[in-house]
Amino acid sequence: MPKLTIDDKEIEVPAGVTVLQACEMAGAEIPRFCYHERLSVAGNCRMCLVELERAPKPIASCAMPVGEGMVIRTDSEKIRKARNGVMEFLLINHPLDCPICDQGGECDLQDQAMAYGFDHSRFEENKRAVPEKYMGPLIKTIMTRCIHCTRCVRFATEIAGVEDIGLLNRGEHAEISTLERAIDSELSGNLVDVCPVGALTSAPYQFAARPWELRKTLSIDVMDAVGSNIRVDARGRHVMRVLPRLHEGINEEWIADKTRHACDGLARQRLDRPYVRGADGRLKAASWSEAFSAVAARLKGTDGKKIAAIAGDLCDAESMLALKDLMANLGSPNLDCRQDGATVGEGPRSSYLFNSSIAGIERADAVLIVGSNPRWEAPMVNARIRKRFLQTGMPVGVIGENVDLTYQTQYLGAGPETLKELAEGRHPFAEVLEKATHPMLILGSGALARADGPAILALARALAEKAGMVKEASGDEPAWNGFNVLQRAASRVAGLDIGFLPGEGGRATAEILSGAESGEIEVVYLLGADELDTARLAKAFVIYQGHHGDAGAQAADVILPGAAYTEKNGTFVNTEGRVQLGRLAVFPPGEAREDWTILRALSGELGEALPYDNLGMLRASLVERCPVFAAIDQIEPAAWEPFGQDGSVDSAPFVMPIANYYMTDPISRSSETMARCTEALNKGAEKATGTDG
Amino acid sequence: MRVLKTTSYDAPRTDGFAFTAENKAKADAYRARYPEGREASAVLWLLYLAQEQNDGWVSNDAIEYVAAELGMAPIRVYEVASFYTMFNLRPVGRYLVQVCRTTSCWMRGSDAITKACLEEAGTASLGEVSDDGVFSVVEVECLGACCNAPMFQVNDRNYFEDLTPESARAVMAKLRAGEEVKPGSQSGRAGSEPQDGAKTLLHLAQSPAPAGEGA
Repeated sequence: MPKLTIDDKEIEVPAGVTVLQACEMAGAEIPRFCYHERLSVAGNCRMCLVELERAPKPIASCAMPVGEGMVIRTDSEKIRKARNGVMEFLLINHPLDCPICDQGGECDLQDQAMAYGFDHSRFEENKRAVPEKYMGPLIKTIMTRCIHCTRCVRFATEIAGVEDIGLLNRGEHAEISTLERAIDSELSGNLVDVCPVGALTSAPYQFAARPWELRKTLSIDVMDAVGSNIRVDARGRHVMRVLPRLHEGINEEWIADKTRHACDGLARQRLDRPYVRGADGRLKAASWSEAFSAVAARLKGTDGKKIAAIAGDLCDAESMLALKDLMANLGSPNLDCRQDGATVGEGPRSSYLFNSSIAGIERADAVLIVGSNPRWEAPMVNARIRKRFLQTGMPVGVIGENVDLTYQTQYLGAGPETLKELAEGRHPFAEVLEKATHPMLILGSGALARADGPAILALARALAEKAGMVKEASGDEPAWNGFNVLQRAASRVAGLDIGFLPGEGGRATAEILSGAESGEIEVVYLLGADELDTARLAKAFVIYQGHHGDAGAQAADVILPGAAYTEKNGTFVNTEGRVQLGRLAVFPPGEAREDWTILRALSGELGEALPYDNLGMLRASLVERCPVFAAIDQIEPAAWEPFGQDGSVDSAPFVMPIANYYMTDPISRSSETMARCTEALNKGAEKATGTDG
Repeated sequence: MRVLKTTSYDAPRTDGFAFTAENKAKADAYRARYPEGREASAVLWLLYLAQEQNDGWVSNDAIEYVAAELGMAPIRVYEVASFYTMFNLRPVGRYLVQVCRTTSCWMRGSDAITKACLEEAGTASLGEVSDDGVFSVVEVECLGACCNAPMFQVNDRNYFEDLTPESARAVMAKLRAGEEVKPGSQSGRAGSEPQDGAKTLLHLAQSPAPAGEGA
């Protein structure tokens, strides 16, 4: 632990940190452009100069490791002058277009120029201008503003794992380039965040708003089951943009492109008033009381066994609990939160959680991915696996489709047979897993959402036990559970936690659909469920409660307009089992209401009001019945209990459930930006039409 | 406002590039010089080979071919190829005339040499290929022949030194005609010896040192 003196203050720092980090620890702020905590050190902007005693000239603190007894000054006149000089050089070719720049107000260069810039320019020659580059539908470039820090190059290469960006030419002619190709990454939106100036800005957000006009709400993302922490920036009643929020356990400081850019879908195709299908078969706008009485009229006298409910992928826990209670009042055991038709999840918590936690991936030393494409199903999880892969070069085996995951993988096989070989120890990779101290298995919905799901779950469990993936804590070593199920739907874990599952003698999704076809199910309540074959519900009376006019609404007889995730206070549980609170950023449009209030109001109309009058009472009820909801943002390790069901497995290969990353739910399907991304980046997905999951 | 001429890399494409059998063998030998997993270190060697084979310039396809040969992302090879001025990213004439313009040559009249070369080549601007495809003239920084300034280099190989506009034209005329030209000083002096005869140690020639002196 070297000791050094920073601005007359003695401080002891861990060996191996840089002078810049040591200065931060000592509370001295160091300006920087090229340095970024999560990227490699480039040392090319020279803004972080500090004075080192006995050094002949100022040093770039970001690239200098600390040494014993160093005496550093960060605030001397000499340093100030040096930084002023660096700033003057940076501004030589930087245009003075802050008033029309989208970065204005949140620009590192602007802020630091306030501290270190001159009030006038001594540069009388012409400035250089650089032509714009094409970087895909998400990133707008104004390359004249670029200061060549190469953060974008390093982010793409190191974090996103796509070598698409580079710095061409040299000296005054240096320019960032993608060779005029779109950046083929699900994390490309983060390039805008790492760019310290306005060279890379968000294309969908261009000229939309100024940062000081926006109302910022800290919330949770629902585009996948990772539960990335986000900040929703809204102006008036519009969500203008979504930005990442730091959470070391989940998304670090990045978010995926769908999380960031699907928000323009919140303003399109919205259900802003109730609708009732008239005698002529057309949906007609109605008032809430008309819609409720239409529902009440249909439900009156209908046997509970003929009523069913399916919850979709974006639902909050509160509305699912309210619907569950409503179905109990109606005497219906037919409810399911697994609209993809999976039949697993009824077992203990450890059978459906990402038990190792996302941060726990950084302890793993061998990974087996089964029936999953984490790059599309959970980009933040994939980024974590890549991070760990870069640290250790750990072996990663893949069973399922052989896709490019941005790190090196070993392709083991396409289907359950390979998994069986591994579980029985007949496959060479089984040895790799057994030798590892922290082996990890990631089981995706491509493997579980099929008829033989329970048997595959049992196989995976057998493999986990055989390879020693579940370990008690011993000595200094904390416990390890490498058995991971990677969920895809934001609502799934909460739904399973509260038991939004078929009751005694109840039907699961597949049986609800077949029952609706045969007439055994007469009423189906869809709570934001759109990724279904809604044509099979044609005979049934369909009540659709949701926020977008998607597949579910088209098949509905009554539409009850609900709130999207940015418009309600809702609880979500991510794939790790982490309970997080999403917050209301804007109010739902028109007549739409928060989902649990609709169910509460409807229950009153049907005769027996649900026993909660406000969100607090509903949450209290939630916690009472399911104590995990009490611990916000914490992970309670799930007990390792028996689950799965031995049985024969189908040898059909695992099929990836997502055909198009950019369109997986009603919000992203309504988003113009996501449509552009699909066009530019998802070639080959032409076969994927509207409602693929 | 000066606008950079290049927008990323927009070199004309050629259809397909692959090493000849001979160059392939050379490339494999270069690659073998580096440890496994560090094959990318051979990128400069391979780019030179590609440039040589591709009439003195590296095309888009050649860059992508080299990238594939070394298991690199194409952008990484573009970065290298565009960083070093020795790689030509656009077609060049059969003879690439690189006129040195750094201090010594410039003071000894390199501007006039450049002008003469452009006139002889029949091109209007630097980097342009003459209509007959024989010449392209560019200016480069110091080639290290300051004692014999001004000078130009032809095709990365031959130095033509002690040039005057006339002798520069003469060299180029001979090149165009396919006649033999002698590289080196065009003024007739040997190596870098003084232009107008010996200047030092003259006493050795004029009066042999008396015996015993300096003992």
